[in-house]
Amino acid sequence: MAVQFLAPESLQNLLTVLEASGYQVMGPQLSEGAIVYDHINDVADLPRGIETLQKPGSYKLQQTSSTRFFNWANGPAALKPLLYKARQALWSCEQVAQAVNGGFVFKDLVPQAVPTAVIGVRPCDIAAMLIQDEHFIQSEYCDPYYKAERDALFTVAVNCSSCAETCFCASTGDGPSLDDGYDLLMDELDSGFLIRAGSTKGEQVLKKLPVTAASEDLTAMAAEQSAHAAEKQKRYLLDENMHANLFSQLDNRRWHDIAERCLSCGNCTSVCPTCFCHRETEQAELDGQSTRHFREWSSCFNADHSVMHGHSLRDSSELRYRQWMLHKLGSWIYQYGRSGCVGCGRCIAWCPAGIDFPAEANAISGEVELWEA
Amino acid sequence: MGSLVDLKKRTVCQAETKMKGNPYIPMSATIVERIEETPNIFTWKLKLDDEQQRKDYRFKCGQFNMVYLFGIGEVAISIMGSEGDSFLHTIQAVGRVTNAMSKLQPGDHVAIRGPYGIGWPMMESKSRDLVFITGGLGCAPAVSAIREAIKNRDEYGRLVIMQTVLHRHDMLWEPQYDEWRKVRSTQVLLASDRDKTAWPNWKKGRVGALFREAKFDINHCTVMCCGPHPMMTGTSRTLVDMGVKEDDIYLSLERNMQCALGHCGHCQMDEAFVCKDGPVFTYKRIKDVLERRGF
Ligand SMILES: Cc1cc2nc3c(=O)[nH]c(=O)nc-3n(C[C@H](O)[C@H](O)[C@H](O)COP(=O)(O)OP(=O)(O)OC[C@H]3O[C@@H](n4cnc5c(N)ncnc54)[C@H](O)[C@@H]3O)c2cc1C
Ligand code: SF4
Ligand code: SF4
Ligand code: FES
Repeated sequence: MAVQFLAPESLQNLLTVLEASGYQVMGPQLSEGAIVYDHINDVADLPRGIETLQKPGSYKLQQTSSTRFFNWANGPAALKPLLYKARQALWSCEQVAQAVNGGFVFKDLVPQAVPTAVIGVRPCDIAAMLIQDEHFIQSEYCDPYYKAERDALFTVAVNCSSCAETCFCASTGDGPSLDDGYDLLMDELDSGFLIRAGSTKGEQVLKKLPVTAASEDLTAMAAEQSAHAAEKQKRYLLDENMHANLFSQLDNRRWHDIAERCLSCGNCTSVCPTCFCHRETEQAELDGQSTRHFREWSSCFNADHSVMHGHSLRDSSELRYRQWMLHKLGSWIYQYGRSGCVGCGRCIAWCPAGIDFPAEANAISGEVELWEA
Repeated sequence: MGSLVDLKKRTVCQAETKMKGNPYIPMSATIVERIEETPNIFTWKLKLDDEQQRKDYRFKCGQFNMVYLFGIGEVAISIMGSEGDSFLHTIQAVGRVTNAMSKLQPGDHVAIRGPYGIGWPMMESKSRDLVFITGGLGCAPAVSAIREAIKNRDEYGRLVIMQTVLHRHDMLWEPQYDEWRKVRSTQVLLASDRDKTAWPNWKKGRVGALFREAKFDINHCTVMCCGPHPMMTGTSRTLVDMGVKEDDIYLSLERNMQCALGHCGHCQMDEAFVCKDGPVFTYKRIKDVLERRGF
């Protein structure tokens, strides 16, 4: 089906059709001063007219006179916590007499995922999800926990018309408009939404919506809006030879300078939609007969990330920050055929020290011209 | 710098080690035998409890298992070898999990996931001289390869087995090494760094002290080395100076490992996931990062 037009007053129909198709619906909402995805059944709960003001170390919301629903850039959490849980029970183990040879019985705790539709997904978040799909699903060992949630997910992405100051997705090629990876994709215009399907699941939902064929004028207007949003991004990431550039600069003074500011708090890795590191933990039940095994997000900024009996391979902030940047922008290219940064800017806004990730990366690779922070 | 990871190898590993079902779930096993090697090193003979799992379980020299202790957690342990339908692990008690493991007795249960990783190049090294260089407990991952070479003695050229320790009393399995010494065209060279006594068959000093006696064809050999980090880099450099090719030198590495499945990210060394792209790498592939801090 070609691009369709959905009137603003029909947005509620989208929610209703998704619910009727068996999905629990989640969408952007205001919570404690940030945009988060939460359960939604009424478009009145969408952050209408809200804009996000993001700067290094700062994230603020602002009410504007705009009547748009998706005029904000992004919140601290992408789709990551919905698919790759911050804490996931992996299996339980019981010692039972009737087991073979009196051994252990393991129980798989792969969740029965609830079919979930998320509306208002940003292009960079779809890009990050595709990267995590590759990491968890298309790997030698398919991760059944991630896959269960992923198979149950339906995405309604909305191209960005209003980027934050921290956004640089245009330079990474991941936004502000999207090419693929979504079930439904919308452009929000003052007169309503352009909507198209990117999957069979998406087509089935689109068929049930009160849409009309979109005019050429509107599609041109949407394309122009995206182009304009891209032009306004002042941050950018040099992507040419980033791996080689960073590796030729392992002893650069600047790592040390960054470490003077970096608190090694790991906020960046936790808000980053592509970071996948986790540690495994065990929680024994009080009866001593059973126990549960978990995995929980960890970070290369934690001291235990690289520990080997007694010593840590990366025992300073300098080496840890270098690992984070070298992995994200360098090694990632060899692992997944692209860099691990989708330009969402979260690590800039949510860094308590306001460290500007792309600016540091460009500086270390020899680019002197910096934007005004 | 080029790619550390041989993508072709990755697919081979994928075809050979992929397990059925949920790869995170361990398989229950019984400790059939426990041998106390030193006060803090012990060897377990383990047998999987499930008959089908026992039949399906196959490993290659240099691979490892994730060994699980009930209620505590998992650790990565090299597979030392097999005896019938059991396999061997030699474990040094160094911390939380391994200390608790050292208290278990025959009849107790643990669980394992595995085998994981790319092992030693046994097939690729047919007809070549094999040079094993190990330090400290680092010999555990190499022992399986030495056994394999001796079992199929005719398929390889000369064997040179070099082991270095700080003190002779740190040496595990000396009688085993004496047995290997009797095998055709096999040299066993031992050195201790800190001892004063001159024992027969022992040299004083480090690996360097052994190289003078080692006889192998530098143009047609495979070196398999494991031990402490500085020992591996030092040894590799010496070998390269002697004329051994960088991609004939194989090193077995250790990194923090949580999952062994390529998911948790803890074992990364530049772009390599040591758990699945290693733990055995050629010196050529990893030398650039091996000698740098922080990888
Ligand atoms: C591929 C491989 C093969 C190994 N083979 C053997 C072997 O045959 N025999 C043996 O005794 N040891 C071996 N080790 C080392 C063994 O895994 C560690 O000694 C063990 O994890 C320490 O755990 P712990 O809880 O007792 O120690 P702690 O110091 O309390 O460790 C805390 C956590 O750190 C991690 N950790 C600590 N040290 C290491 C390490 N060296 N490697 C990986 N993770 C570590 C583990 O996640 C562990 O749970 C091997 C390691 C690897 C990576
Ligand atoms: S590195 Fe920063 S900007 Fe890039 S994807 Fe991660 S959080 Fe977003
Ligand atoms: S190593 Fe660091 S940067 Fe890379 S995925 Fe893990 S937490 Fe993220
Ligand atoms: S041990 Fe988890 S990725 Fe290698």
